[in-house]
Amino acid sequence: MALTEPQMRQETAASDHAIELRGISKAFGPVQANKDISIRVRRGTIHGIVGENGAGKSTLMSILYGFYRADRGEILINGQPTEIPDSLAAIRAGIGMVFQHFKLVENFSVLENVILGAEAGGFLRPSLARARGLLQDLAREFELNVNPDALIEDLSVGHQQRVEILKALYREADILILDEPTGVLTPSEADHLFRILRGLKDQGKTIILITHKLREIMEVTDEVSVMRRGEMVATRVTAQTSPTELAELMVGRKVLLRVEKTPAQPGDPVLQLENLRVVDSQGVEKLRGISLDIRAGEILGIAGVAGNGQSELLEVLAGLRPAEGKARLRGTPFPLSGSGADAQTRRAQRIAHVPEDRQRRGLVMNFHAWENIAFGYHHDPAYNPSAWRMDNDAIREDARGKMERFDVRPPDPLLKASGFSGGNQQKIVLAREMERNPDLLLVGQPTRGVDIGAIEFIHQQLIHLRDAGSAILLVSVELDEILSLSDRIVVMFDGRIMGERLPEATNAQELGLMMAGMA
Amino acid sequence: MSAGRIPNWADVTLVPLFSVALAFALSAVLIWAIGESPWDAVKLMVQGAFGSSYGWGYTLFYATNFIFTGLAVAVAFQARLFNIGGEGQALLGGLGVALVCLYIPWPHWSLALIAASLGAALFGAAWAIIPGYLQARRGSHIVITTIMFNFIAASLLGYILVNVLRVRGSQDPASPRFPAEVALPKLHEMLALVGIPFSRVPPVNISLLLAIFMCFAVWFMLWRTRLGYQIRAFGESEPAAEYAGISPARITIYVMLISGALAGLMAVNSVMGEQQRLVLNAVEGAGFIGIAVALMGRNHPFGVFLAAILFGFLYQGGAELALWMSIPRELIVVIQALVILFTGALDNMVRMPIARLFALRGGR
Repeated sequence: MALTEPQMRQETAASDHAIELRGISKAFGPVQANKDISIRVRRGTIHGIVGENGAGKSTLMSILYGFYRADRGEILINGQPTEIPDSLAAIRAGIGMVFQHFKLVENFSVLENVILGAEAGGFLRPSLARARGLLQDLAREFELNVNPDALIEDLSVGHQQRVEILKALYREADILILDEPTGVLTPSEADHLFRILRGLKDQGKTIILITHKLREIMEVTDEVSVMRRGEMVATRVTAQTSPTELAELMVGRKVLLRVEKTPAQPGDPVLQLENLRVVDSQGVEKLRGISLDIRAGEILGIAGVAGNGQSELLEVLAGLRPAEGKARLRGTPFPLSGSGADAQTRRAQRIAHVPEDRQRRGLVMNFHAWENIAFGYHHDPAYNPSAWRMDNDAIREDARGKMERFDVRPPDPLLKASGFSGGNQQKIVLAREMERNPDLLLVGQPTRGVDIGAIEFIHQQLIHLRDAGSAILLVSVELDEILSLSDRIVVMFDGRIMGERLPEATNAQELGLMMAGMA
Repeated sequence: MSAGRIPNWADVTLVPLFSVALAFALSAVLIWAIGESPWDAVKLMVQGAFGSSYGWGYTLFYATNFIFTGLAVAVAFQARLFNIGGEGQALLGGLGVALVCLYIPWPHWSLALIAASLGAALFGAAWAIIPGYLQARRGSHIVITTIMFNFIAASLLGYILVNVLRVRGSQDPASPRFPAEVALPKLHEMLALVGIPFSRVPPVNISLLLAIFMCFAVWFMLWRTRLGYQIRAFGESEPAAEYAGISPARITIYVMLISGALAGLMAVNSVMGEQQRLVLNAVEGAGFIGIAVALMGRNHPFGVFLAAILFGFLYQGGAELALWMSIPRELIVVIQALVILFTGALDNMVRMPIARLFALRGGR
């Protein structure tokens, strides 16, 4: 039987696609990182994938590059079903990957890095010579010029990235995946990178660009797919969409969880920051002059896509990271680095901290709930009747009360933290930090991975604490949460404050654009 | 990964027991392969180690050493620091004991015991604090530095024995004998007070009680004090400890001080209790056995106590074996090594099947 016309069209269409994913699903334990994802990437185009952090972009690309195996689904490369059990298979299928964190040998030269793992035979000289020739060609063609004999450690970040691209091209990659490539680049380096990518596209290469910056998507991509919470929610032709639409798709329009609250009665300023700056160990500026203040009895919400300096801001205030700038607590200056800038001192100054990552920082997963209730407050005299002995019974008693008041289920202080669900783990942390009625509460992602019922409870508790006169700094990537809890909203992008809005005078679209650096 | 959970009681009982059983089974095959009867060998070992108060005496003497060095490793491991330097720290502890016993006249052994314990702990701790400091402030890996410090300790002790402490005219690199006043009471003397007869030969002495006391002390420190709480929190998760305001550098140094002091205390048993003088090789590998003891004892003081008895049995029973059967000495070392291999290095080999069994049972 001859093929019917639609079938034939489908066949030819399939071979137009460098990559096609069909129904890819991947779960890590109870977390569904990718849900039934299908996507087609046309050959010779630049295809953007956008989504918030944790939307599942990196998982999907790791599946494509053979780091993870999908639980279900199919990968087609150039129309051919392809098994990719490891990265070697991915390279053989013509896929090259440029990671966010480069995989380079720092004290090797550019040439040595390029041939590493792809040496032709036991002797280096022929491979090096071949690579040198290729590098010269590529430099001419795509502005991919790097000194082949320079050591990686002497190169700028932008040049190191070019080496990663060269590595992929040396392995004859036809499909190039770049994971958040501009995160570490200066604007002019980013523009250069985009010129390179366009040049590669013109040569028929297919490029997948993963990012959360809408400006870049609009600038270089031909098509764009949006991921949200592990699902592929839409694919658009870039020329026919707008940043506003993409921001909406990225953030999603869920049912607004309305929180019952009365207008804030702000009191005296509790925290005042002036020109806060943080440079991380790689020399990247994470905070570029943050100034803000928070008053007693108000919630200041910080909106932003993860990775734009919010985490660093929390860590600085919690005493986990040194910074430059001026800071006042209840009107009194306090140090941001050196002695007196540690976590213990901050707690003693009545600053409580609910960290963004409760399993890594906020809890010791192998400790019992009662041990976690004392965590950070283990110097409390109520827990230490003498210099030598910790009163475990007193802590357990205290823990039981706190767990009951915060509706931790089960309210059993003798259970290990790892035995509780995510929501209940979070309630343990919140109970510990909030029951002490701090003057300033730092909260990062209070409801990440928490079920709906617990979200409502946590939001109510935060409002109660506000009404009791605490100042609350709320960092969240959930716009709804920011909108419904905050009394004022500040949007952060790229280590800066993009602007301040009142929740009743703004909406998710406007904030979404500010979060993408567009406003 | 999914079958990785076993109840706590099984983790601390079944896993080590199966490991030991496997090691013994393989040892039996070895003994059979060289033409001896495994059954006779087992009988001889048990008889030799537990069959008489003489055997018990030696088993407990060795166990005392292993309790100290095992506790030293276990405490450090609670902070996820792998202190391989127990050997060197115990050697220095021996120097501390010798100096206290030789240069201060003591009216009674009890005062000498207190002072010698302090000396041993101080010298052991001092030797451990250098790697501790290097790890805390300079990031030099503690495994590397503690191993190197074992060699330095051996050389240092050799130098001091030959050039400072050696009896003039003697060819033997050893200190003079300690005065008779500082001789520690042997177990048979202590038991005689309550009317229990015990062999006079083995060197087991009052240090055994000190060792048992230290098991309780370490347990109390780890689970009933703020310092222990901080040590365990740091060991479980460094980012979390940082969040709680626990200084990693400070905890590293404290832990190494305690660990070194415990290793040093071993010298009270071997140098003051047995030899009555400082000799070149006073530690005889007990520092390394401590690693196996801690591994098998799950880094818990009571587990360390039980594991130390087991290794005491292997030492004493093994010596009997070499004496009475035509089993070469080296095979004894092989058997001991097998136990270390199975309880220490191959831990997961036993744990995984047990975990799978539990998963099966739980799945039904």
